[in-house]
Amino acid sequence: MNKSKTFFTYIFLSIAAFISIFPFFWMIVSSTNLSVDVTKGKLLPGSHLIENFQKLTSSVDIMGALGNSAKISISTTILALLIASLAGYGFEVYRSKAKDIVFNILLLSMMIPFAAMMVPLYRMFGKISNVVPTIGIDTLASVVIPTVTTAFLIFFFRQSTKMFPKDLLEAGRMDGLTELGLFFRVYMPTMKTSYAAAAIITFMSSWNNYLWPLVVLQSPENQTIPLLISNLGSSYAPDYGVIMIAIVFSTLPTAIVFFVMQKHFVAGMVGSVK
Amino acid sequence: MKAAQPQSKFGPRFKAGLTGWLFIAIAVLMICAFYFYPMIQALILSFQTGTGSNLKFNGIDNYARLFTDDMFLTAVKNTFIYLIFQVPLMVVLALFISVLLNNPRLRFKGFFRTAIFLPCITSLVAYSVVFKYLFSSDGLVNALLLKLHLIGAPIEWIADPFWAKVTIIIAITWRWTGYNMIFYLSGLQNIDNSIYEAARIDGASAIRQFFSITIPMLKPIILFTSITSTIGTLQLFDEVVNITKGGPGNATTSISQYIYNLSFKYSADFGYAATVSYSIVIMIIILAFIQFRVAGDRNE
Repeated sequence: MNKSKTFFTYIFLSIAAFISIFPFFWMIVSSTNLSVDVTKGKLLPGSHLIENFQKLTSSVDIMGALGNSAKISISTTILALLIASLAGYGFEVYRSKAKDIVFNILLLSMMIPFAAMMVPLYRMFGKISNVVPTIGIDTLASVVIPTVTTAFLIFFFRQSTKMFPKDLLEAGRMDGLTELGLFFRVYMPTMKTSYAAAAIITFMSSWNNYLWPLVVLQSPENQTIPLLISNLGSSYAPDYGVIMIAIVFSTLPTAIVFFVMQKHFVAGMVGSVK
Repeated sequence: MKAAQPQSKFGPRFKAGLTGWLFIAIAVLMICAFYFYPMIQALILSFQTGTGSNLKFNGIDNYARLFTDDMFLTAVKNTFIYLIFQVPLMVVLALFISVLLNNPRLRFKGFFRTAIFLPCITSLVAYSVVFKYLFSSDGLVNALLLKLHLIGAPIEWIADPFWAKVTIIIAITWRWTGYNMIFYLSGLQNIDNSIYEAARIDGASAIRQFFSITIPMLKPIILFTSITSTIGTLQLFDEVVNITKGGPGNATTSISQYIYNLSFKYSADFGYAATVSYSIVIMIIILAFIQFRVAGDRNE
């Protein structure tokens, strides 16, 4: 590579990196400043972080929203991983023509836009409310249930299972393990990295989900963090410092998950097209 | 499978088959219940009219209404403007960045990759609110452009129908370019370097190599990312709701937002909302079909 081209590469990538990082920088800096300083375009950290935080906690129940989001995301992740990995394993290990057809039909569900299911799902949960109120409209469970199984995750686990050494299953059968025992005792421990990648993707999308919770969660004590941020963001006299600290809090869990498990994250995303 | 062992109906083979079905049962039931059943319900609903749960059959009236519904036509127009500008812009940008990043002698590769990918960890709502303030008329973007003397007066990013669309496009591009880049990067890493070396020996320029090696080799991944981005953009909701609220006027309203408004903001017209939602289904099918055709899936 010649010098001018190298120079251009670094300049271009630096600009791209700057544009990508800047909103994060601005949101963190703004969370430490007063609203007036934010509007003046102050780009240096201030000393009002704690004050902003106190204003935030006294005006909205951010801890409640974080708690709701955590409950929803963690239970979605656990259930989603279990159901999808059982299915991905089932499709691949007990492969048959009929199952391949079923698998292809399931994949079609990835093409269905959520907007098209929103109204029927809402009416469905309205009916469920009359029978089992604990999983009906305006419950955290109603957010989890319809989003917990995705064809994408089944597809992901099926692809990963292709790499799984099937000899282990034969060995396990010799040792007298049941079929379910093989799954839990042999498959699961071997596939740790696939589970990690799937967990990150599921947790993040559940944590960030907006439209369905907006439809189904109505009472303030059930609101999730994206709903809270959205409400704060649409206020007429926004207190920028306060809103930014709420956004920092909403981004923190996914940022931590990302930085701790960065390798798996990329592997997990890419695993979906390989 | 070993052949020719006489088996009873409930022999080990039947049992093995059944075990497999049990493994997939929960997933199949859940997807039927929460994807396919609502899909069918939406289709039935799309032929009904009335408010709330007071519905009656009215044939194809809802579908006819689509073509005279200005609000719907505006939402479709807006969504297609996002699609036509944003998807190619993002695909080209992501391809370009990933080719630069794939240079084996590039330093700080990890930093650049992480930085450009970082937007993907934000929630759509959170980044939308941040962008809303960055692009407000007295926001930082205007302040910066004024300081650099690139503009003489602040741009009304959110309040002007044209610039509001531009803001949405910039926002989505910021959020998703790094995501697509990761797919291209992994694709590039699968291309054997000796192909490039051979091309270099034959005297092929970098641009020539890009168009005759990189692009054809990445075709399936480019197809995958453009289909997922198209589906994503057709469903655009979080950004328009949180950056512009669909305004000014209805200049940025998306189809999904219109469906939401029809169902939960106006007088709960579930039937017509379902009809509008089926218009997205039809668009996704048509566009995915076109993309498959254009990208030429024959070599797979």
